[in-house]
Amino acid sequence: MSLWVIQRDLLLAMRRRSDVLTTLFFFIIVVSLFPLGVGPEINMLRTMAPGVVWVAALLASMLSLGRMFSSDYLDGTLEQMLLSPQSLSMLVLGKALAHWLVTGVPLVLMSPVLGIQYDLSADALLVLTASLLLGTPVLSLIGAIGAALTLGLRGGGVLVSLLVLPLYIPVLIFGAGAVEASAAGLGASAHLSLLGAFLLASLVLAPWATAVSLRISME
Amino acid sequence: MSILQGSDLECVRGDRRLFRDINFSLNAGELLQVHGPNGSGKTSLLRMLCGLATPVHGKICWHGTDIRSLKGDYYGAITYLGHLSGVKDDLTAIENLRISSALSGVEIDAEKAHGALQHMGLGGRELLPAKVLSQGQRRRVALARLLVCGTVLWILDEPLAALDSAAVKLMQSLLEQHLGQGGMVVMTTHQEIDITTGATQRLQLT
Repeated sequence: MSLWVIQRDLLLAMRRRSDVLTTLFFFIIVVSLFPLGVGPEINMLRTMAPGVVWVAALLASMLSLGRMFSSDYLDGTLEQMLLSPQSLSMLVLGKALAHWLVTGVPLVLMSPVLGIQYDLSADALLVLTASLLLGTPVLSLIGAIGAALTLGLRGGGVLVSLLVLPLYIPVLIFGAGAVEASAAGLGASAHLSLLGAFLLASLVLAPWATAVSLRISME
Repeated sequence: MSILQGSDLECVRGDRRLFRDINFSLNAGELLQVHGPNGSGKTSLLRMLCGLATPVHGKICWHGTDIRSLKGDYYGAITYLGHLSGVKDDLTAIENLRISSALSGVEIDAEKAHGALQHMGLGGRELLPAKVLSQGQRRRVALARLLVCGTVLWILDEPLAALDSAAVKLMQSLLEQHLGQGGMVVMTTHQEIDITTGATQRLQLT
């Protein structure tokens, strides 16, 4: 199993805390700047909160995608992963999960606190956190495909956003939509179920697609 | 039939043909030394042998089966050490060794890793992060994997680069021991190395 890959990536993240903190602070700052920029109009803040938090989470998760494979590529570990008798898809799944634990989970934990700035109700905060909890792993899994495809390319950072952002759109729509639906009294369960479906589909398909992309990139 | 066999291999990089019609066969206890000037395709040939690159023409067989259809079974039988040693700056020598061998399918305990590093002359430096080690010491960390992996075929790309003369001697005895136990080695090197055990073949690329 790929447990030790997760363990290794977490260990590396611990030794390089600045990388992890950059993502988290980016998220916190972007979300906190909006209320300062648009002014203290409470109703407007409430309506825009889910969208702002979700867009910030999307950009923050993308900020760290470049690092997912590049250091392993540069020092030759990736070659060894390709030559491992273990399944490359499982190794990739491990790496994507580690990426989520390092960049996604802190965002999920911070979001209720940041939501207070937008005067969200307790229910809305709960739904926002739940939607991020289901949505951020999808961002890591889909992002892994983009990171693998742009491996070793010059200007890969720009290219990865062009490749990955269109695939993020459904997650953004249903993630932010969940909070709006619950605020409108429609209940968030439909949106959350769809997010759960995205998560399951990407858990199955993304590691396989990433593994194929890595083999192509390394030829 | 020989264990590892390459037939009519051809490699093209961009619009340049690096080599064609390369044939070789390797049996238990044999060493294949690949020679050739810089840019003649030595690394490309070794990457082909690992399955990292696909030859334009020809095929490589392991026990008579194409390596592309073997995948995991083949990867479990080889150890490849390339120019990039796969040593992580932020991890200590012992963590590097344990992780890289777990990656190649052999999980080892701290004691065994400790022993292997000591054998490679890194005793007392196991707990230093790799970034403070010298180039040669990092190479030794990577080579320590050969001691614990237990694979049959070693594919080594310039294993002696950056090593001092004591380490070259150590590598030599390591290779002789491996060949003596019926292992196989494919390697490139610009340094002369005297291997007395087993049969040595030379493959010249132009």
